[in-house]
Amino acid sequence: MARDLVLLFLISLLFSACDSKVFSPISDGHRSAASELFTPTDGSYGSLEDTYKALRTFHILKVDRNVDINSNTCPVVSEILKDSSSNPKDVYFALGVNSMLGCQIDSGMYEALVSRLQSVIKGANLLYDFYYSIKGLLVIKDQGINVLLENADVVFHSIKSLSQSGGRWRFSSDDSESSTYAAGLALEALAGVVSLADSEIDRSMISIVKNDIVKLFDSIDGYDDGVLYFDEKLDVEYHDPLSTSASVVQGLTAFAAVASGNLKDSQIPGDKILGLANFFLSIGIPGTTKDFYNQIESVACLEDNVLAVPLILSLSTAVISATSKDQLKVKVTTVLGSVSPPLTVKLVQAFSPDTRHNPVLAHQELRFDPESSIHSLDILPTSIDIGKYIFVFEILLHDPEHKKICATGGQAQAFIYYTGLIKIESAEIAILDNDVESVETKQKLDLSRDNTVSLSANHLQKIILSFHLTTPLGHAFKPHQVLLKLRHETKVEHMFVLKNSGKHFEIILDLLRLVEKFYYLSGKYDIELTVGDISMENSFLRAVGHVDLHLPEPSDKATRPPVPLVDPYSRFGPKPEISHIFRAPEKRPPQELSYAFLAVTLLPFLCFLIGLMRLGVNLKNFPSSSLPATFSILFHAAIAGVLLLYVLFWLKLDLFTTLKILSFLGVFLVFVGHRTLSYHASTSTKQKSA
Amino acid sequence: MVKSSGSDDARALIRSLRVAYSATPTTLKIIDLYVCFAVLTALIQAVYMGMVGSFPFNSFLSGELSCIGTAVLAVCLRIQVNKENKEFKDLPLERAFADFVLCNLVLHLVIMNFLG
Repeated sequence: MARDLVLLFLISLLFSACDSKVFSPISDGHRSAASELFTPTDGSYGSLEDTYKALRTFHILKVDRNVDINSNTCPVVSEILKDSSSNPKDVYFALGVNSMLGCQIDSGMYEALVSRLQSVIKGANLLYDFYYSIKGLLVIKDQGINVLLENADVVFHSIKSLSQSGGRWRFSSDDSESSTYAAGLALEALAGVVSLADSEIDRSMISIVKNDIVKLFDSIDGYDDGVLYFDEKLDVEYHDPLSTSASVVQGLTAFAAVASGNLKDSQIPGDKILGLANFFLSIGIPGTTKDFYNQIESVACLEDNVLAVPLILSLSTAVISATSKDQLKVKVTTVLGSVSPPLTVKLVQAFSPDTRHNPVLAHQELRFDPESSIHSLDILPTSIDIGKYIFVFEILLHDPEHKKICATGGQAQAFIYYTGLIKIESAEIAILDNDVESVETKQKLDLSRDNTVSLSANHLQKIILSFHLTTPLGHAFKPHQVLLKLRHETKVEHMFVLKNSGKHFEIILDLLRLVEKFYYLSGKYDIELTVGDISMENSFLRAVGHVDLHLPEPSDKATRPPVPLVDPYSRFGPKPEISHIFRAPEKRPPQELSYAFLAVTLLPFLCFLIGLMRLGVNLKNFPSSSLPATFSILFHAAIAGVLLLYVLFWLKLDLFTTLKILSFLGVFLVFVGHRTLSYHASTSTKQKSA
Repeated sequence: MVKSSGSDDARALIRSLRVAYSATPTTLKIIDLYVCFAVLTALIQAVYMGMVGSFPFNSFLSGELSCIGTAVLAVCLRIQVNKENKEFKDLPLERAFADFVLCNLVLHLVIMNFLG
């Protein structure tokens, strides 16, 4: 049962994620994800740009940073601000980080920075230079320092001169193609110029820009479910739809804020703002820091923009259970999850996707609970049967003033699964004789638990399984899956789909026709029945019992049963361990015995020496004169040397080394041996002749 | 009677043998002693093998062959050195000794290689 519920839950999650037109606002999920995504290493978030994005995200989400990064980041910030050659982008991010960290920056430095950024703006012809310099000046102004942009009209004109038809901008005057992403940057820069201007900007210029914005919105893309986004048209410097939409939204909201309400009357309806908000929320929780920052920063811009504040309707759950008498709960918040102004949520209608023209519920007002700020509706089990429904909601604001500043987007649709218990009745399994259609055996089944029916049939008979499914309101119910499985002892499986007519489900297995499919395998078959559906709370997979089939012997042409599939996981699993067989070591004699015999082998040598003494052996024949004596000694030494070499050969040398040394030693031995022995020979012949 | 005369005969035989052998030159006696020493060592090794088995068979074989081989070479030397062997009358003693030394060295090079 637990397995069935998990399956149900997963399927419902999948459906609610894919089809629902209702998106969730920024929630605690984003807050915990932000803490995980933006993690400092060695006391900093990387570059100043990354640090700024991390700090800004935490600031918007009101998440506490637990790590102190001031000691590592502030020196970098002051170094960049002091360096007169650093580019405007670095300066802007350094200023941004400084404003949030509150590093100790010399106030005199701000004046130098202002004049430096002013001179950059004067000489700039790249959009990025305008953008970052003006944003930098805005940050300085927010610090409470009086900043006035000189020749604001000229700057406004130079930025405007980069614009092209269709409301898009070029990155520099050399570019021939225009970009949507650049349009967002330009709008934000222009908004900055207006707020920094020393004198009022020409109103006609502002209205020209407004027309550009309207044209830009003509190129907006979207999906059927009310999601709108901007896509980059420029191939050279491509930005993904999220970056592009984020850039446009930030530029638009900034410009709308300074254009003193004039933009409100233009043709940008609240629905488009809501569509963009839906786009950012439809992403869910992004996986990269860049996407995360873009989403949060844009959503924060939309939260309190002057054009239209999008209100987001979200469902606490897409699955409503009839058995636990769940309420339909709806929440209306701003994009960042703040409480909405007073309003009423109305259920316009609810209908099954198959029968659109025939709504099951219509025109009901949801009850508002001010404490939890949740709109709820009791759904009476008598009014609605279980199944999948589309609920259409409408948001009605109480205050007419709010209607001007909030975008509710007309009607919102959501998929909702109304689940409940299905009645299973008159389940039975029977064996029929084929020729006379008479029932041989018939057994009742209780499908609320596993059964152990034991049946027996031959190939001339039929197996019939039937049951009734009824919804709580007594209607017919057709689950997504109604499957019968027969599994032979040899793990060969056969699946059958049960057909229904109204409430009655039935399958007739004509064994005569199925012998071929069963591979003529006689023996015991386990029977399993699966009935499952998303909205059926008592979905089940039950063992029914088993049937003993007596099928004819296979002919020679009959197909063999398939080889059971190898478990795919076992292919990647550990291989069986290889046990090596080594030859058992030979039995060795005890050490003492071996040493004793070593002593014994020395005995004959001792006897030999004693024998020599008994024989009166002497060294009288040893040459007495110096030269022959030397040769004689050398001769003996050479023999000893050769024997020593043999011992070394036994202990560590190899044959080649031994033979090399032996060749030298041998020549020497032959030489001295010849000299010695020829001396002996000459003395013995002298003795003889004498 | 017969037995005592038999033992007397044996004694007489041994005595005559000893007398005859005592006339052998000292050099030949040395060689004889050397041969006995080598054969005795070989016997001891054979006894050891009989007691503990022939596991490092190459070691046993090389020890055994070393002894037997050097004994055989010594016997050859004795044949060449013996003055009564007219066959080798012209062969100088020193030449025979040089042969003995050379053969021994070659034999033991092989033995050492085989010893393992």
